Amino acid sequence: MKKRQNVTIKGTKDGIVLHLDDSCSYYELKKELDEKLSENQRSQAEHQLTHVKVDVGNRYLTDAQLEEIKNLIRQKKNLVVEKIESNVVTRAEVDKLKAENEVVTVASIIRSGQVLEVPGDLLLIGDVNPGGTVIAGGNIFIMGSLKGIAHAGVFGNDQAVITASSMQPSQLRISDCLNRAPDNAQNNEKREMECAYIDDNHQIIVDRLQVLINLRPNLTSLEGGH
Amino acid sequence: MGEAIVITSGKGGVGKTTTSANIGTALALQGKKVCLVDTDIGLRNLDVVMGLENRIIYDLVDVVEGRCKIHQALVKDKRFEDLLYLLPAAQTVDKSAVKPEQMHKLINELKQDYDYIIIDCPAGIEQGFQNAIAGADRAIVVTTPEVSAVRDADRIIGLLEKAKTIEAPKLVINRIRNHMMKSGDMLDVDEITTHLSIELIGIVADDEEVIKASNHGEPIALNPNSKASIAYRNIARRILGESIPLQPLEDKNKSVFGKIKQFFGVR
Repeated sequence: MKKRQNVTIKGTKDGIVLHLDDSCSYYELKKELDEKLSENQRSQAEHQLTHVKVDVGNRYLTDAQLEEIKNLIRQKKNLVVEKIESNVVTRAEVDKLKAENEVVTVASIIRSGQVLEVPGDLLLIGDVNPGGTVIAGGNIFIMGSLKGIAHAGVFGNDQAVITASSMQPSQLRISDCLNRAPDNAQNNEKREMECAYIDDNHQIIVDRLQVLINLRPNLTSLEGGH
Repeated sequence: MGEAIVITSGKGGVGKTTTSANIGTALALQGKKVCLVDTDIGLRNLDVVMGLENRIIYDLVDVVEGRCKIHQALVKDKRFEDLLYLLPAAQTVDKSAVKPEQMHKLINELKQDYDYIIIDCPAGIEQGFQNAIAGADRAIVVTTPEVSAVRDADRIIGLLEKAKTIEAPKLVINRIRNHMMKSGDMLDVDEITTHLSIELIGIVADDEEVIKASNHGEPIALNPNSKASIAYRNIARRILGESIPLQPLEDKNKSVFGKIKQFFGVR
């Protein structure tokens, strides 16, 4: 009986792809990968780095195993792992991903001294009073008035935006940018339906809500035409 | 079974003690059996405002630590026939002398015998505040039309809302100076209520009579002619569930000139 190949190397238009079988044991896979790459060595005369992609199919690799595979391939001088693809993710990773892409709706007034923090987008039905803080990994949408502090894109997302029906913040923060209200603010002018975003100069700009339609088309999650 | 209402504000000096004394007095005037509890341990004032300082024998800490029975520590207000009592705070120790669980037990015991327990809360958000709200069923937040007082009230409301056992707090705006509100130099009533978004249960004008009465140990609520007294009595009636419109802030005793101006519609 012919032994099934656990490691297949394919050349595609995007470069070399290593397909690693997902039904054999990890030990077998490692051994065969080592052999395969060693016998390939001879033809490589020029010392040009070649990028390879690794497809591990339905196998779940721990971080340590991923590192091991990468090292194994890297040892073959001119092969560099560009990316390891797997069809499998852990539940923890999915939960994190889900939380980061979710819009959390909160109906409450964030009062002085209170902090509301969400990993993804925040939809607040209520106000943020002076001294109150809202923090989100993604965008912040406030249906009431923002008089306290709002920090969007807290993990470093420069694309995040803050919108409020009434925009009178004491401070706006997006990613690592900060903007505060002028000291002699005359609160007479109505600041309604506004948004804040980071512009090309890495400054926080406050403008009409409608400018986001062009500036942040990714805010639309509806797919297909309408 | 009675109800315990905590009077709190966060900021000091906005009139918690005066409000407690007057709401308690006004409830007693309505024929309810009321017990005032001073939880400002170490800085007690309620007894002075009520004019009962000389009659204190035991205090709240004595009760909690079992040195006396509750009824021994209660000071009876002679102006009322068996309707108004005061449980004074201790003056020799500080707020850490009492734990929230002990306060909860104490207030529950008092609720058996009284219609209303009015708890006077100390300023701040530390242990004294935690003690004061421990046994409360309802809360009244006192603020003045100043930005700092409103800011602190906001913080306190947040903390009260977190304490799930207490009903949604009600707001009293104290020390209103009508001419300043009109000129826009002070936050106006609407602005404060919108900002804090809780139900307004009363507004009290700034009145020198209140200070005079406090210094004499006679709560202003006992004097039927003062505007502040009417305001406190109205708050008491709203606590009892009556629906009473807010008193207009305009001064009724206008000068002759003022009346003429009003007649011609001049503002």
